[in-house]
Amino acid sequence: MPVDLKTKYLGMTLKNPLAVAACAPLTGDLDMLWRLEAAGASCVVLPSLFEEQIVHEELEIAQLYDYQTESFAESLTHFPEYPDYATGPDEYLKHLESAKQALSIPVIGSLNGSSSGGWVRYARAIQEAGADAVELNIYFVPTDASMTSEQVEARYVELVSEVRKSVSIPVAVKIGSNFTSLPNFARKLVQAGASGIVLFNRYLEADIDLDTLEIKPDLVLSNRYESRVPLRWISIIRDQISVSLAATSGVHCMQGAAKLLLAGADVTMMASVLLLKGPEYLATILKDLEAWLEEKEYLSVEQMQGSMSRANCPDPSALERANYMKALRSYTPEEFMPH
Amino acid sequence: MSATKFVTVDGNEAAAHVAHLTNEVIAIYPITPASPMGEFSDAWSARGRENIFGTVPDVIEMQSEGGAAAAVHGALQAGALSTTFTASQGLLLMIPTMYKVAGEMTPTVFHIAARSLATHALSIFGDHADVMAVRQTGWALLASNSVQEVHDMAMIAQAATLKSRIPFLHFFDGFRTSHEVNKISQLPNEVVCEMTDLDLIQAHRDRAMNPDKPILRGSAQNPDVYFQAREAVNPYYSAVPGIVSEAMQKFAELTGRTYQLYDYAGAEDAERVIVMMGSGVGATEEAVSKLNNAGEKVGVLKVRLYRPFDVPSFLAALPASAKAIAVLDRTKEPGSIGEPLYQDVITALSEGGRLQDVPTLIGGRYGLSSKEYTPAMAASVFEELKAAEPKKHFTVGIIDDVTNLSLKWDPEFSTEPDDVMRAVFYGLGSDGTVGASKNSVKIIGENTDKFAQGYFVYDSKKAGSVTVSHLRFSPRPIESSYLIDRANFVACHQFNFLARMDVLKVAVPGATFLLNSPYGPDEIWDKLPQEAQQQIIDKGLKFYVVDAYKVAREAEMGSRINTIMQTCFFSLAKLLPGNEAIDHIKAAIQKTYGKRGQSVVDRNNAAVDGALSALCEVTVPSQATSTSHREALVASGGSDFVQRVTSMLIAGLGDLLPVSALPVDGTFPTDTARFEKRSIAQQIPIWDPDICIQCGLCALVCPHAAIRTKAYPASSCNGSAPADFLSRPWKGKELPDHLVTIQVAPDDCTGCGVCVDVCPAKSKEVVKHKAINMEEKDPHLERERANFDYFLGLPEVDRTAAKIDTVKGSQLLQPLFEFSGACSGCGETPYLKLMTQLFGDRVLIGNATGCSSIYGGNLPTTPYSQTSAGRGPTWNNSLFEDTAEFGLGLRLAVDQKRDYAEHLLKKLASTVGDDLVGEIVNATCADEAAIAEQRERVEQLRLRLKESSDPDAMKLASIADVLVKRSVWIVGGDGWAYDIGFGGLDHVLTTGRDVNILVLDTGVYSNTGGQMSKATPRAAVAKFAAGGKPARKKDLGMLAVSYGNVYVAQIAMGSNPNQTLKAFRQAESYPGVSLILAYSHCIAHGINMETSMSHQKDVVQTGFWPLFRYDPREAHAGTQPFHLDSRKPTKPFKELAMSEARFAMLARTNPEHAEYLFNLAQGDIDDRWHYYEQMAGVEREVMDEIVEVEVEA
Repeated sequence: MPVDLKTKYLGMTLKNPLAVAACAPLTGDLDMLWRLEAAGASCVVLPSLFEEQIVHEELEIAQLYDYQTESFAESLTHFPEYPDYATGPDEYLKHLESAKQALSIPVIGSLNGSSSGGWVRYARAIQEAGADAVELNIYFVPTDASMTSEQVEARYVELVSEVRKSVSIPVAVKIGSNFTSLPNFARKLVQAGASGIVLFNRYLEADIDLDTLEIKPDLVLSNRYESRVPLRWISIIRDQISVSLAATSGVHCMQGAAKLLLAGADVTMMASVLLLKGPEYLATILKDLEAWLEEKEYLSVEQMQGSMSRANCPDPSALERANYMKALRSYTPEEFMPH
Repeated sequence: MSATKFVTVDGNEAAAHVAHLTNEVIAIYPITPASPMGEFSDAWSARGRENIFGTVPDVIEMQSEGGAAAAVHGALQAGALSTTFTASQGLLLMIPTMYKVAGEMTPTVFHIAARSLATHALSIFGDHADVMAVRQTGWALLASNSVQEVHDMAMIAQAATLKSRIPFLHFFDGFRTSHEVNKISQLPNEVVCEMTDLDLIQAHRDRAMNPDKPILRGSAQNPDVYFQAREAVNPYYSAVPGIVSEAMQKFAELTGRTYQLYDYAGAEDAERVIVMMGSGVGATEEAVSKLNNAGEKVGVLKVRLYRPFDVPSFLAALPASAKAIAVLDRTKEPGSIGEPLYQDVITALSEGGRLQDVPTLIGGRYGLSSKEYTPAMAASVFEELKAAEPKKHFTVGIIDDVTNLSLKWDPEFSTEPDDVMRAVFYGLGSDGTVGASKNSVKIIGENTDKFAQGYFVYDSKKAGSVTVSHLRFSPRPIESSYLIDRANFVACHQFNFLARMDVLKVAVPGATFLLNSPYGPDEIWDKLPQEAQQQIIDKGLKFYVVDAYKVAREAEMGSRINTIMQTCFFSLAKLLPGNEAIDHIKAAIQKTYGKRGQSVVDRNNAAVDGALSALCEVTVPSQATSTSHREALVASGGSDFVQRVTSMLIAGLGDLLPVSALPVDGTFPTDTARFEKRSIAQQIPIWDPDICIQCGLCALVCPHAAIRTKAYPASSCNGSAPADFLSRPWKGKELPDHLVTIQVAPDDCTGCGVCVDVCPAKSKEVVKHKAINMEEKDPHLERERANFDYFLGLPEVDRTAAKIDTVKGSQLLQPLFEFSGACSGCGETPYLKLMTQLFGDRVLIGNATGCSSIYGGNLPTTPYSQTSAGRGPTWNNSLFEDTAEFGLGLRLAVDQKRDYAEHLLKKLASTVGDDLVGEIVNATCADEAAIAEQRERVEQLRLRLKESSDPDAMKLASIADVLVKRSVWIVGGDGWAYDIGFGGLDHVLTTGRDVNILVLDTGVYSNTGGQMSKATPRAAVAKFAAGGKPARKKDLGMLAVSYGNVYVAQIAMGSNPNQTLKAFRQAESYPGVSLILAYSHCIAHGINMETSMSHQKDVVQTGFWPLFRYDPREAHAGTQPFHLDSRKPTKPFKELAMSEARFAMLARTNPEHAEYLFNLAQGDIDDRWHYYEQMAGVEREVMDEIVEVEVEA
C-alpha cells in the first residue's frame, strides 16, 4: 500500500508536504507555476506584494507628473496623461487570479505591508482575487535603540490581529528567527488570529562593495544547513502550540524535508533548490521522500510528523544549548578545511 | 436635444474638441501656445475616442509645421477631412501650402492660437501678427474672443468651410484665450452632427483624387489662362459671408447662442465706437457697459469674419450715429499707413460711402505679446475719440516717450463688479499652486451655478519659477480678459515671497490675505517686512496664516502644499457651504490622483483634513513695527543699462519701462545673469577641502556654474579673505605655488545635488561624507556669499599654463555661461558651460529656438557672460528651423572679414611691418598659448595702425579682432537637428566650412513639453507617442559620418567626461564641419535628476548611447578614423528602461506592447553596436584638403 502523503496546512488538505515558497522567479511566473504543479508541488505561495514598493512606485509616478508641471508657460506638462495604468497591486492581483485559474493546487497570496491600512487593504484584495490563504511576510528591522522587544512584538501582533479581522481566508505569518522567546511570540501570533506560522523568513542581508564603499543588497540562496534553524524551533513549538507550521529555509533535498516533518512541520517549502536545479527537481525530492517513507515503513506523512518534536525525541537537550557544546567538542578542523 | 452640459476647459481644449469630432486626419507639430490642441487630439485618438463619423482620427506628428500643412493638403486632396493647429512661425511655415489649399478650393479649418512673430525678439505670447501675415492667402479668417466662442466658432467655421469650399483659419488669442480656463457650454455631439452636412462631405470626397475617376490638379499654367483662373473663384468668396451667416443662424437655433459676422455692443446711438477683434473685446465691452451707464454714447464693433471682409454686413452693424471710430489692431506693420484692420475699416467706410460720416477715424495698436489690455485702456481710447485733435495713430498699454503715440489711461478706472469673487494666488511651480487653482475653477464651474475663470502667469525661468493664478467666480459668464488687479482674496503660498515681491499690491481694502507661514498667528507679525505690515494695516486686510509645509510634512506630501492652501481658500472664501467644499476637493483629488494610486489619494486627503485645523486668523496690530524690509532682487553694480532696465525687468516692473528704455534692434548686453539673485535652493553644496581630490567633476557637471574651481597664485591673496574662506595647495605641478578653492555661488545654486552625486571623494571615517555635501543653505548663506564675492575677485587661471586637456584642468577655466534659468539638474547646460570655458572668449553662437534659446536668451537676463577683458560668447537666435544655415552665415561673414583683414594687412605691410604681417597671417591659433600670442600681435598691430593716417589703417583697425581665431558654434536640440532643421543641417554638413554643431539631444522637444522627435528612442513614451514610439531613433551621427569629411562625436558627459572634453577640443580644432551629439538627460525622461549624471553611466553601459568619435583627419590610406569610445554593452536595455519613467510607463499602460517594443529596442542596440564595431575597423581615405591637418589632442 502506498504511503499516504497528504498533510493538512492552514485547514487545507494538501496532497503532499512539499510546497513552494514565495519566490519571484518561480511563483511569479505562470509557466513556472504550471511546471511546479506538474512536478508535484502541493501548494504554492506567490511572491510578496510589497506595499512599500507599491507606495514608492505610486509616489514616483505622482512625482513624475508633478515635477516641473505648471511651472513654465511652454511646457505645462512633460508626459502624456493616461486614463488608467497599472500600479503595483493591479499587476499582482492579476497574476494571482491567473494562477488560481491555471492551477488546481491551493494558491497562497503573500503580503508585505508597511502601514496598518495597507496590510488590511491588500489582504482583502488578495482574498478577493481568489487566494486560498494569505501569508503575511512581516519584515521589520528595528533600528532604534529605544524600541523594546515588547514593542516590536506588539507591532506584529497588532498587524496579525487587524488582518485576521478583515479577511475570512486562513492567515499564515512568516517571521524571522530573531525573537528573544520565539515560542512565546508564536503563541501571541496564534492568539492574534494566525492559523499558521512560517519559519523562517530569510532576510535580504546587505553587503558592502569594497570598491565603491556602498551598501549593496544582495540575494544569497539558502544552503542546506540553514534548515537546522527551523528544525530546532519547529520541534520546540510543535508540542506547545496548536497551529499549522511551515518549514522553509534550506529545504534542499528529501533528507532536509523529512527531518523537518519529523520535527513537526506540516509542510516544507522550497525555493533555492528549485532555482538551482529547476522546478522539476521537486518531483525528484517527492519521489525520494516517498521511497524513504516506504523504506522506513511509515504509513503516512501524518504518522511521522512531529515524531521527533522536542517532547517526542529521545534526547531533547540536544535541541537546546547542549547541542552547541557537543558540536564544539566534536569539531575537527580538517572537516572544514577549504579544498 | 440633451440638457446643456457645462465644462470647465481652456481655449485649446475647446477648439480641439470640435476639431477632433469633425476630422479624420490631424497632422500636428508642437508650437507654443497651440501645442495642447495637438496633444489633446493625440491623447483622445490614443484612447480610441471617435469622431462623429464613428472612426478614430489618425493623428500624426510631422517634422515641421510646413510638413503638417502639406500632409493635411494631401489628406484633403485624397478626400479626407483634415486639420492642424499652430501659431506664430509655425503658421508662417504653412503659408506656401495655404495658398495651394485655398487655390484648390479645399474645405478645412486650421485652428490658430495667435501669437507674436519673432522680430527683434521671439515671444511666445499672444497677438495677431501671425494671422495678419496670412490674410492674403485666400483663406477665410474667423476670430473668437473667448473660450466659449472658440468652441462655437470652431463649429461654425467647420460648417462654413464645407459649404463654401473656402478654407478657414479660426483664430483666438494665444494664452489669453488658448490657456484661459473658463466654464463653457459644451456642444452636444448631436449639435455637431446637425451642423455637419454629410452631402457636402460627400461632395468633398467626390472631388478627391481617385484613380477610378482620374483628374489633374496642381498644373502649371501660363500667361494665357492663369489670370482668368484666379478670377474664376470670385463668386465663391462673395458667397462666404452669407454662408457663415447662415451657419451662425443655424447654430443659434440649435444652441441659443447668437453670433453675427460683425457684432455690435453698446449704445444704439453711439457716437464713439471701437472696432476690434480677439480677446480684448471682453475688456472693451466692460468699459462700454460702464460708460453707457454713465450716459456716454459709446460702443464696440466686434469683427468675427475678418476675411473675406464683408463691407455691407460691417456697415450694417456699425451704428449710423458713429462719428468717431478707433480701430484697434493687435499687431504692428511697420511702415504701413496703418495696421491691417484699420485699413480695412477705412476701405469699408469708403466703399460704403460712409467715410464722410465719420470725421474721426483713428487706428491704434494694443496688446502686443499679451501686453495687458484693460477696460481702463479701452476707456482711454474712447476719451481720445472725444479729443478735438485725436492722435491719428496711437498705442495703448505702454508708455511711448519716443514717438509719443501712447495714450494715458486712468488706473483707477475699473469695471470689476462687487459680486465677483476675485482671487490671486502666488506660488511656486513646484508647490502645485496652478494645478490646485485649475481644480478650484473646475470645482466651482462644474458643481455650482456660478461661472469660473482661471488665468495663469508663469515665470521666464524653468527652475524655481514663480506662478501667479488669477481666478474669478461670478454669477454670470466671465469675459474679463485681463489680469486681476483688485483682488478680494490674496494667497501667498511661499512665505519668502513677501520679502521679494509686493504680493499685496493687488489686494483691495478689506480683502482676505492668506499666507503660508512657518510662524503661527502670535509670532508672524514681527516676521513680516514693514512694507507688508503697512499694507495690511492700511487696507484693513483680514489676515490668516497656515503652516502648510508642516501639514504637508505630516501628510507625507513633501513640498506639495497645493491641496492644503486650496482647502484654506475654500474655507475662507465661502464659495460653497460648510463641508461641501471639502467633499468637492476630495472628489477632485480622487479624480486627479485616483489613477496615481491610493497612497497618493490618501496623502492628499490627509493634507486636506490637516489644513483647516492649522488655519489661524491673525490679530493685526495697529502699528507697522517690523525692522526688516523687502529685499532688493538685483545685485549691485553693473552698467547703466543694467541698473536702469535689467533691474526693472528682474523686479517684475518691465511694464513700467517706457519705449525709450528699450533697444531698437533687440540688442542686449551679456553678462547679466549674475545680477539676478534668485536664491532658490533649500540646500547648497559645502566644500570639505580635507577630503577633496581636486578632480573638477563637481564644477564640470554643475548645470548652473554655481560651483566652481579656481586655482590662483598664493601670492594673490592679499589678506582680505573672509575668515572662513577655504583653500588648499593646488596639486598639479603645472601651477606651482597655487592655491585652489571650490566655491559655491549660494544665491545662484538651484540645489539640484548633481555635484555631490558625482563627487568621488569620500571621508575615510564617515563614508557618506564627501568632499562636497548638500547642507541647509540658510546657516551657510552669509558666509558663502562673502566667500563667493572674494572668490570672484581672485585672478582667473593663466589659460596658457593650465592643463586644459584634462577634466580637472578644464574646470579651472572661467565659465562664460552661468546661472541660467534652466531646470534644476539640466542635462544640456553643462555642455554649453564647458564649451564656453574652452572657447568662450572667441565664440559666436547661432542658437536654435528651444530650451537652449530660452535659458540662454529669455529676458530679463542672459547666462552668457564675459571675461574681465570684456570678451565672451556673442549670441543670437534666428529661428527654430534655420539655425544651421544661420550659423553657417556667421562663419561666412567671419571668413570674409578675415580675408578682408588679411588683404588690408598685406596692403599695409610697409606700415605694419612685414614680420608682424607674416606672423599674424601665419598664426595657427592652435592652442591657448598661440591664441594669447596672436592677441598680443593684434594689440601691437593696433598700436602701429593708430600711428598711420592711411584710410586703410582705420578700416583694418575696425576689424582686426577677427585675426584672432573665431569659433562658430551652432547650438540646438534634437527637435531642430533631427526634424525641423535637418534639411539645413544636412546641407551645412556638406559645406566643409569651419562650424561646430552641438546637438543637445534629449530625445524629445523638451521646451514645448516633451513631444516625440526623430531622436526619441524606440519604446519611449512621449507626447504624440503615448503608446511608445514604434520606430527606431534616427542615427544622425552615422548620417554625418557618411559624408567622410565631417568630424562627428557622440558623447555623454556623465559617463565619460574625458571623452567629452576630447570631443569638444577635437571638434573645435577641426577646420571643417564638426557635429557633436551630446546625450542630455531631461525631466521628460522621468528620472531622478539628482543622480542624472551618474545615470548616464547606465545609459552607456547598456549600449543605449554608445560613445564614439569619427575624425576625418585620421581618414588616410590604411587608417581607421572611427573610434568606439565605450565598451561593449554589459547590461540589458530593460534594466535601463525600468529606471526611466519614459519607458517604464509603457510597461504599466500596455505591458505586452512594452515587452514587444523593449525587445525591438534591445535589437536596435545589438544591431547598432555590431555596426559600430565594424565601423571601428573600417579604413577610409577621405580626399579633402581640410583633413590634411593634424589631429588635436
